[in-house]
Amino acid sequence: MSRRPVYKFRLFIAADTLNSVQAASNLNALCKAHLAGRHEIEVIDVFKDPKRALAQGIRMTPTLVKLTPGPERRIIGSLTDTDRVMQTLGLDADAA
Amino acid sequence: MKLERSSPATALRKSPSGVLGFDEITGGGLPRGRATLLAGGPGCGKTIFALQFLANGARDFAEPGIFVAFEESSRRIVANAESFGWRLNQLRRKKLLFVDAQPNPDQVQAGDFDLCGMLAGLAHQAKLMKARRIVFDALDMVLSLLPDLAARRREVYRLHDWLRVRELTCIFTLKAGAGEPTFTSPQPYGFMQFMVDCSVILTHSVVLGVSQRNLRVQKYRGSSFDENESPFVIGDTGFNVAISRILGQADAKVTHERVSSGVKRLDTMLGGGYYRAAAVLITGVPGTAKTTLSGAFAEAACGRGERTVIVSFDSDGSEVIRNLTSVGIQLERFVKSGLLRMVSARTITGSAEACLVRIKALAVAHKARCLVIDPVSALANSVSEVRAHGVAERLIDWSKSERITLVCTSLLNENEGQAVGDSALHISTLADTWIHLNYLVQAGERNRGMSIIKSRGTAHSNQVRELILSNAGVTLADIFTAGGEVLMGTMRWEKESAERVAKEVAEVAGKLKLVTLDAQQAELQVRLTAVQTELVAKQVEKTLLASTTASRKAVTLRGSERMRELRGGDAPKRE
Repeated sequence: MSRRPVYKFRLFIAADTLNSVQAASNLNALCKAHLAGRHEIEVIDVFKDPKRALAQGIRMTPTLVKLTPGPERRIIGSLTDTDRVMQTLGLDADAA
Repeated sequence: MKLERSSPATALRKSPSGVLGFDEITGGGLPRGRATLLAGGPGCGKTIFALQFLANGARDFAEPGIFVAFEESSRRIVANAESFGWRLNQLRRKKLLFVDAQPNPDQVQAGDFDLCGMLAGLAHQAKLMKARRIVFDALDMVLSLLPDLAARRREVYRLHDWLRVRELTCIFTLKAGAGEPTFTSPQPYGFMQFMVDCSVILTHSVVLGVSQRNLRVQKYRGSSFDENESPFVIGDTGFNVAISRILGQADAKVTHERVSSGVKRLDTMLGGGYYRAAAVLITGVPGTAKTTLSGAFAEAACGRGERTVIVSFDSDGSEVIRNLTSVGIQLERFVKSGLLRMVSARTITGSAEACLVRIKALAVAHKARCLVIDPVSALANSVSEVRAHGVAERLIDWSKSERITLVCTSLLNENEGQAVGDSALHISTLADTWIHLNYLVQAGERNRGMSIIKSRGTAHSNQVRELILSNAGVTLADIFTAGGEVLMGTMRWEKESAERVAKEVAEVAGKLKLVTLDAQQAELQVRLTAVQTELVAKQVEKTLLASTTASRKAVTLRGSERMRELRGGDAPKRE
């Protein structure tokens, strides 16, 4: 279990809107709890970098994109539904 | 960001939609720089309307646009709109952008979200392409993902603010149909009705098995608009909203020009023919030569070189041509030369409104100056009376504004309405000239009678004429009235020939008398000459006699003097 995968995330936020701020803190908390030392988070502000958001097909903010491991997954919303997030990221089995 | 300075607040500026009829209803189009809500059930034409608004803006009004597709993929939307000929693919390069924003089925939602991501991207694009128009198609799709009403409301206001700052003219389309009570009720999107400046509702219903589409402007802030439901169809070129009258246009172009009806005597009866751009109605029971009369008009029109369309609901175009050939109306040559277009309207299906739109499109495509619809009463089938009347009204208004001379035939039921002469669609009150054809059954014959019931602005003959069809063409004959009865057909012919014989007899008798008189005159002349000659002879004789007498007298006198001299008895005496 020493070589557990490193989680790479890309979080698209809309400046400091409520949902985006919530999502960022929820993600940070989740990573701290379950993925300590094995996660990378890239935060992109759609207002600062609209081209990138457009290219990635980001329509709603916040959007969390899990790049690795495994298939890419997208979660939209403030990530308040932790169980749902864990399940989508495949962390529920992992954590158990 | 520097905002574009808007015009003084005195007048609301409008963005023409370029949708046929819609700009007339709203007095110029959608509110510029503001949001319009377009609500309707499935298959109402919301997407088509919105897309047409963008395409027209990009192509005709130099206003690039963005189409945000929440439901269907943009590729499918473009493919579906291909048949309308809007050249979307050409426009797509610079002036028309499609943004796919369908919720990804694999996308997981965890918690509240907002549309900032999309709006940020759109703002960037809009700036890049200088977009002036934007459409959010099926906004309900994305709103329904939001967890609660407050969130929906928040996002709609966010969108609204975003639009206002950028002064984009926007259309939101929303599903609202009888089948989906969630969307019809004021909740959850009712607040949108209050937010937008203009709200348009599309409905699609089936009346008596015929599809009817209607458009209604529900509200329009700061502008007057036609508040009634207007039927519309989605035709070959897209949306087409029926409007009853373009104010100030239908009456504007009145003319005194006459066009021939194709029947010489009818022209005379009408004081020169139909008026140009008039609506002529020919009514009659079946078989009274309505088609023939309209065919004669078409022939005359083509003969003048005017482009003409004949729409025939009853029979095929070639059949009509063949049948008309039998009465000396030759239309084939005009079809060949391209002047005449025959349309078999049996191929036109759908509501009366759809028929009307098709007919209009055909006439416009053919650049027709004359239009024949045979029979127009076919439009009344399977539509309610009010609607049919509206169709007829629009047909006539349209033909007048296009300066097309319109000849409609209308079938009358033999059992009813014949006496009144009322026609289906109540078109008779709208028509400028109304010619009625009927049969007169008399003495074992059925003859066609024609009368002009009305002809606006024309002194017209009050007489019923007999309509005679022969292979030489259509003619009108005077009818005879004898003892208060109208004579037609054979009886008229008999009467005519009797009159002709009587006239001939009288003519011959007159000639004979003249000859006799001539002879008598000649004889008298001769006699006169003889007497005159005799008179001259007598005068000569008389003169001769006088001179002889004088000379004899002189001789006698001279002789007596001589004698006296010889005798020498008396002295010469002076006389």
